[in-house]
This record gives sequence, C-alpha cells and structure tokens, in this order.
Amino acid sequence: MTDVTSTDATTTPWTTIPSPNQPFAPAHPAQPHRGVPGGVGTSARRPDGIPKVKGEFAYSSDLWAEGMLHGATVRSPHPYARIVSIDTSVAKSMDGVRAVLVADDVPGAKVYGMEHDDQPVLAWDVVRYHGESVAIVAAEDPETARRAADAVVVSYQELDPIVDPEFAISGDAPELHEGTGNITRHVKIRHGEQDVSAPVVVTGRYEMGMQDQAFLGPESGMVLPGVDGGVDIFVATQWMHVDRGQVAKCLGLPEDQVRITLAGVGGAFGAREDLSMQVHASMLALHTNRPVRMVYSREESFFGHVHRHPAWMEYEHGATEEGDLVYVKVRVLLDGGAYTSSSTAVAGNAGRFSIGPYECPNATIDSIVAYTNNPPCGAMRGFGAVQVALGHEAQMDKLAAKLGMDPVDLRIRNAMSQGSVMPTGQVVHNPAPVRELLEAVRDAPHRELPVVGERDVIDIRQLPGGAANSTHGEDVRRGVGYGVGFKNVGFAEGFDDYSTARVTLSRGAEGPIVSVHHAASEVGQGLVTICMQIARTELPVGPAIVLPADTQVGSAGSSSASRQTYMTGGAVKQSCELVRSELLDRAAGHVGVARAGLRLADDGTIRNAADGILLDDVTELLSTPIEIEREFRHRETFPMDPERGQGDADVQFAFAAHRAVVDVDAGLGIVRVLDMATAQDVGKAMNPQQLEGQIEGGTSHGVGLALMEEIQVVGGKVRNPSFTDYLIPTVLDMPTVQMTIMELGDPEAPYGVRGVGEPPSISSTPAIAAAVRDATGVAITRVPIRPDDIVFGA
Amino acid sequence: MKVTLRVNGQTVEAEGVWPGASLLTMLRDDLELPGSKNACEQGECGSCSVLMDGELVCACLVQAGQAEGRDIRTVEGLSGEGDGDVGDVQQAFLDAGGVQCGFCTPGFIMAVDHLLSHEPAPSDETTREALSGNLCRCTGYEKILDAVRLAAERRADGSAVATTGGAQR
Repeated sequence: MTDVTSTDATTTPWTTIPSPNQPFAPAHPAQPHRGVPGGVGTSARRPDGIPKVKGEFAYSSDLWAEGMLHGATVRSPHPYARIVSIDTSVAKSMDGVRAVLVADDVPGAKVYGMEHDDQPVLAWDVVRYHGESVAIVAAEDPETARRAADAVVVSYQELDPIVDPEFAISGDAPELHEGTGNITRHVKIRHGEQDVSAPVVVTGRYEMGMQDQAFLGPESGMVLPGVDGGVDIFVATQWMHVDRGQVAKCLGLPEDQVRITLAGVGGAFGAREDLSMQVHASMLALHTNRPVRMVYSREESFFGHVHRHPAWMEYEHGATEEGDLVYVKVRVLLDGGAYTSSSTAVAGNAGRFSIGPYECPNATIDSIVAYTNNPPCGAMRGFGAVQVALGHEAQMDKLAAKLGMDPVDLRIRNAMSQGSVMPTGQVVHNPAPVRELLEAVRDAPHRELPVVGERDVIDIRQLPGGAANSTHGEDVRRGVGYGVGFKNVGFAEGFDDYSTARVTLSRGAEGPIVSVHHAASEVGQGLVTICMQIARTELPVGPAIVLPADTQVGSAGSSSASRQTYMTGGAVKQSCELVRSELLDRAAGHVGVARAGLRLADDGTIRNAADGILLDDVTELLSTPIEIEREFRHRETFPMDPERGQGDADVQFAFAAHRAVVDVDAGLGIVRVLDMATAQDVGKAMNPQQLEGQIEGGTSHGVGLALMEEIQVVGGKVRNPSFTDYLIPTVLDMPTVQMTIMELGDPEAPYGVRGVGEPPSISSTPAIAAAVRDATGVAITRVPIRPDDIVFGA
Repeated sequence: MKVTLRVNGQTVEAEGVWPGASLLTMLRDDLELPGSKNACEQGECGSCSVLMDGELVCACLVQAGQAEGRDIRTVEGLSGEGDGDVGDVQQAFLDAGGVQCGFCTPGFIMAVDHLLSHEPAPSDETTREALSGNLCRCTGYEKILDAVRLAAERRADGSAVATTGGAQR
C-alpha cells in the first residue's frame, strides 16, 4: 500500500527516467528518429511503465494512511421515490462505526454539477435514479462500513419513474426538476434552405443503447483532514480543478483549502469527469478528523459514474439522381437521465456532427436531451458524435443502395474537405481528408481470412462462437462495411479552454534538469510521456521529469475531448520556449555577445549564428533556476445562436474511417469481427507506439458498442451492474487493427497535432453495423446488435 | 484468523485476517502486496491473477483460508528491487507498449508468464484463448499480443533478460 502521508518518492505515481531515452518498438518497423532522442516523434517509453509492470504504481484504490477509516455509501434501490425518513441509529451504534452522515450534514452547497448544480451530494427529499447516494458511513474496516451502510434504514414512498425520454419531453410528464421542464437542452441548427425537396429520398430511424466506460480501476481515493480545516484529496479524476470548485462549494470551504493530487488512474474514458467519492470522503474525513479511504466495488462503480447517452435518431436524406446530397433532416433524442452532468455539451456535439463529415447545402437539425429517471449520462469517448455516426453512416449506405452506387463512392462524392462549410456555418479551415481516409480503408489489403464454408475450416476458434463450437462454418456469412466520422478536439461553443504548465530548468546534482508541472490527468493515454518528449525536444539540456499532477499549479482542463496533447502539450511547449529564450538571454550576457542568432541545438549546446558552439554546457547559467508558468489557449470559439445554431463553435476537427469485415452465424445471430482497417489524420504522430495504442483501444470500444456493450435499464433499474452481465470485448473479440496514419498537420496546433483519442470510437461502430447488414441483408438499425436482431430481423 | 503461506518464495504469516476475506484481500490489505488488482471481485477480469501452486487463479475467487500452506506467486515476485530490474514478460510489456492505464497489467503479466512456461511458442489463437480471462479496456489487446510474441521470441533465442525475482518455471 502506498502511504500517502509519507513524503517518500514512492508516493509519486510515476518515476523519472533519464534522458535521452532510447525508443524501441519491437513489433513494428523502427520508428524514424526525428530530432532529439526520446523527443517528439519517437516511440519514447512511458515514464510510469516500470512501476506499472512491477505492481508498484499507486492507483487510487491502493492508498493507505495511518489511522484511516473506510467509507461506504447508502444508495437508492428505486429509480424515483420520495424519502420519507432516514434512520441511522442502528448503524451509528455498531462497533467500529465512526460516522453516519446524511444530507443535513453537508456543510456547504447541497447540490453540484459540471454544467448545472442539480445533483444532490446526498439526496434528502427525492431520489431520481437507481443508485443515487442517500447516506455515507465511515468505519474502522471496510466490512463494518458495508454492514453499517446496510443498517441505515431509509423509508421510501415509490413514485412512477419516467423512463421514456419521448414521454418525458411530451409535456404530459411531471417535471423532474422544479421549474426547468424535462428538456435539458434543445439544439436547433438551420442551415441553408429549410423547405427543399430532392428526387431521391431515404429515411431511417436508429437507436443506440447505453454504453458504459467500464474502466478497470474503480472510483476510489483518500482524503486527509488538513490542520487548517481543509482537505487533501488523492483521487483518480479527469479534471481536478473542476473537482476542486465543486468540492469546495459543497464543503463550504475556500478553494485553497481543498488540495487535490492525482492518484493513479485506472482508465477514465469520460467516467471520471463528474464527482464520485470526492465530497463524500471529504465530509467523513472532516467529521471524524481522520483519513478516509473510499473504494467502490465493480457493482457500485456502475452506479458511481455517468454513462454514454442512449439515443433515438430520425433521419431523412435527400439527394440528386447523381448522388449529391441536397438536404438532411435529423432529430436526435438523447436520454440524459436524472441529472445534467455534461448533457448540454453532448447534445451540442450530437447536433453539430449529426450529418457526418459531408458537404450538404441544407440541413435541419434538432438535438434534444431529456431528463428522465434513468441513470445520469454524460461524457464518454466520442461525446455525442458516436451516437449520430450510427445514423448518418447507415443513411449513406441506404442512399447508396437506392442509387445503385458503391457506398464508398457515394461518401467520397459528398466528402467534406478543407474549405467546406459545417451546418453551423463554420468554414473548415484546416485539412479535412475525408476522401483520402475513405480511399485508404477501401484500398487497405484484405488479410488472409478463414474460408467460410461447411466443414471447410481449419480452426473453429476463428469462427463466430469460437470455442463454443456453435458452428463449423454452416450458415456463416461474410460482410464488409464502412464508416467515417468526425468530431471536435477541445472544448467548444465559446468555452474558455486553456491549460497551464510550469516548466523549471534548474541545476541538479548531475547537471541541468527540466521539471514539468501541470494538473493534467494521466489516465493511461500517455500524456506524461508526451510532456516529457516535448520537454526533451524544446530543452535538450538534461533529463526531463514530470511532477505529480496537483492543484498547486493552474488548471489544465479535462483529460477529455481528445485535447490534452494539443492543450497541455501546447502549454508545456510554450513554457519550454520561454525558458529557452531566457536561457539564451543569460548565455548572451554570460559570454558577452549579442542575443540575436543564438540558438539551443539538439545536442544541448548553445550555438551562434554561424553554428559555432558558444557554450557546450548550460549548467553555469543556472545559478538561479529559470521557471516559467503560462496558460495556453487555443483559438477562440463562439456559441451557436439558439434559433439557427450558427457560429464558429469548434477549434479543430478530427477524422477517422474504418472498414470492418465480419462473419455472421445467421442461424444464431453471432458476429465475429475478422478485420478492422482504419485510417486517421493525426496531424503529427507525437509517439507512434502510443498513437497505435489509442487507435487500437478506441476501435475496441467501437467493437464493444456495436456488438455487446449495453447497460440494461428496465423500469429505471440497472439490471447488469457487473462484468458478468455487462460485456466488454476480450482478446478473443478483437481483431488486429491495420491502420493508415496521415500526418497532414494543423498549422494552428502545437507541432500540427490533431487529437487522436476519440475518432477511432466514432467510425468503428457504424462500419461493423454496415458489415453485418452486408452479410445478412438485415436492416440493423440499433446497436449493440443483439442476436435476435439478426435472426428475427427483417 | 491466521494464515501461513509462502508468497514469492518466502513463508509469511498473515494475522488477524477477516475470515470472509479472499486471497486477494489478504494479499492487498494484510500482506501489503497491492500489485494484484481488484477490478471486479467475481473472476471476470483477471486483474488479480496469481499463481497458486503453479496454477493460474483469480485471487478474488480463492478464500484466504484456502491459501493456508500454499505457494503463491504475485506480480511483485517477478521483479527485483531496482528500478529497471524487471522480469522478461514485464520487459516485453514495456517494450511493446502493452501498458496504458496499467490496471490490468499485473494480471496479464501473470497470465502470460504462466502461458509461456507451459507453451513456449504459442500460436496467436492459443495466446488469445489463454488470455481470454483477462480484460483490458485501454489497449484493444494488440500491443499485449505483441508483448507475448516478443517475450516468446526472446526466451527462444536466449535474449530474455534475467529475472532476479525468480519467476517460477
């Protein structure tokens, strides 16, 4: 266990590695060396890799402190109910129980939220979803805490839950939040002519189930009561500064008395953007004046975070006989569940990206998100663009079929490119290689695949059903499908999006050392590696280290929206450049030459305009350290106007395409994905090995969404909160992903980078749905595709 | 209760173990070996994979008392004290990029180590079957498969790094 009260170096979630670090990528051709060893463009190793493989990395569930208590949460078994009474007397009287707290014990604001303060810290009057927090307990050991939570007697008067979002917004349903109606947001986008007709029309209705992020490391953390009456929080989170604001408000403390340090994060994917145990453990720590640890079980984790919004989508596409889009009409309905979370931003994305990366002169788009008594939904990888990609891509296939065109040709014919206009009126100023991506996946080589045919198979493990021995090849049909998608990188719609980095160049025991300090969450994506690579590239004078992320430096924004390499990477680059400039100033003064023409070379020497070495060691310039802390901002974005949705809402777009090849056992409805080919423009491959990992991992989320992942909500109740019943892809479900990486470069972004985390999760799902359609002839209008949909589908 | 067992080659006594505890809880909370991870507590994810008398088990499905007198190997037993002192499978995960958030990594490493000790040159189909009890949410598995291929190659050509911790073969 990692003692968080110790100042020992092992409390830092990752260790430092010396620079230069030798890149090594065994399974792929050696990566070209570009510039500084271990710098930008190399497959530098993760600095947290060694502790992770040794089992020494301190995840948020591994923390320990002397005298710590264990927290547990009492949660509502009902999706909608009035709380009649809460009796904590039995729980409080149990041996080893140190606190039992309810809503009245919340010291400050009783509600919080990412966008609206509408979610109770602890429910007092009404519970609005299955699993909502009602009371919290601290005890000497986890088992006593759990039993005490069970001993809290909450008397409920059950209410009829509103579980159908269409009913919720119909006007006939009661309001779930007083005075707000049940429409959380209605995004209207009106582009071009609104009453336009076309000779060829296709319509469709599509549906997406509720996906879970299913990170492996459960919500957890430790809170230490501070001597100043504040709290020190060690937690796995995506955005500690927004956590801090919410926690401080709920505790009634000034923000500087809420100090947050990132503990090791076991995956995130959007699920750690909202608070989980932060306020609860803080309340228990302040109440007992003892450290409190809270670790959710897997079952509790399904209730402890928001999920991907389920969606119901209606599309109408009009086109010319030649296949040019004339208009698109879309209505997207998202189920936001009981509280807002980031629903309004998700609805904005679902609207802006609803017609896909295509040029279309006319569009009528309505994206609506509703309050219901279902589990709250919010951020998940792809954030609104995932839902609509199922719809716009199914429609393109349908239109191609009606026109008798090849589906890829139809897409290419209508593909957005640099200079295209979004439905919001925004001009796409930077490369938008939609045609090139589609061509790349269409032309990707087909792998050698198992031969389909009755008893004509070498290894049944390669067939749908695999070792379950459900077919030997009979009734197995192959299909190929395509998908392309896009979304924004960074925060949109006028949000003041920035990141902060503090870079210090100082003299260490063995020479100059570069320290990078930021508050950005390393969630597994490899941001710490990227920041070190940038520091090595910009300041190649000694080893670079990345300090633990905490609130002692300014906000980095969230590790979401595929934004951290752009934003925190940009902040690190900018601060490094300023440090370098100061270093050159000092060099000029030290040697007594003019500053102009001096530069810091890749070998760490300072050279003059004639490339002669002025100084081969900068150590002597560092009698005092050089420290720079700056905020980095991307180009300003603007709100969409409420009536027509017009506005330059986005800073950067990221595109990806997939081709899926599937075998379907048509008799049993079992699908096996044989091959995924993808193409993505990444602007700049900052770390090729990590990049591949993002694309492979993102694709696996799309495979899961297409074929197996759905939170089953029946009457507002979650029926499958476990990894036995909520299935995510195993190594048997994931094919090798072949990929084409394009580096077209966004001139506005640091190094030309384009966010890479989300696009693979957008285009993979519709490609698989298309492949299953191709194999079976079944319409497939819903994901995840269930066996019944195939066997009994039309 | 008190449990006496061998862990990573040393005989240890765990005192005051809650009788309802799993081997995983005992390792993590009583024996201060948090390398084995708890991600599902019902044997679905493999994050807590350890070797018990040489067999791969989910530590969350073994009662602490069942480990009495047994020989347990955990991820901590595959490496030495030094920062770079890691076992060959661990090194292969680092080199192949098989680690992202890393929560599944200790379990995968135990499963791969077990696989390669029985099947030094597994086909991809065999590897996939052997690792199908371990969930990873970050990597899409390809880099983990790369790590298996790399570790197998290195063992075959004798270039595997020494395993100071003495992984059980």
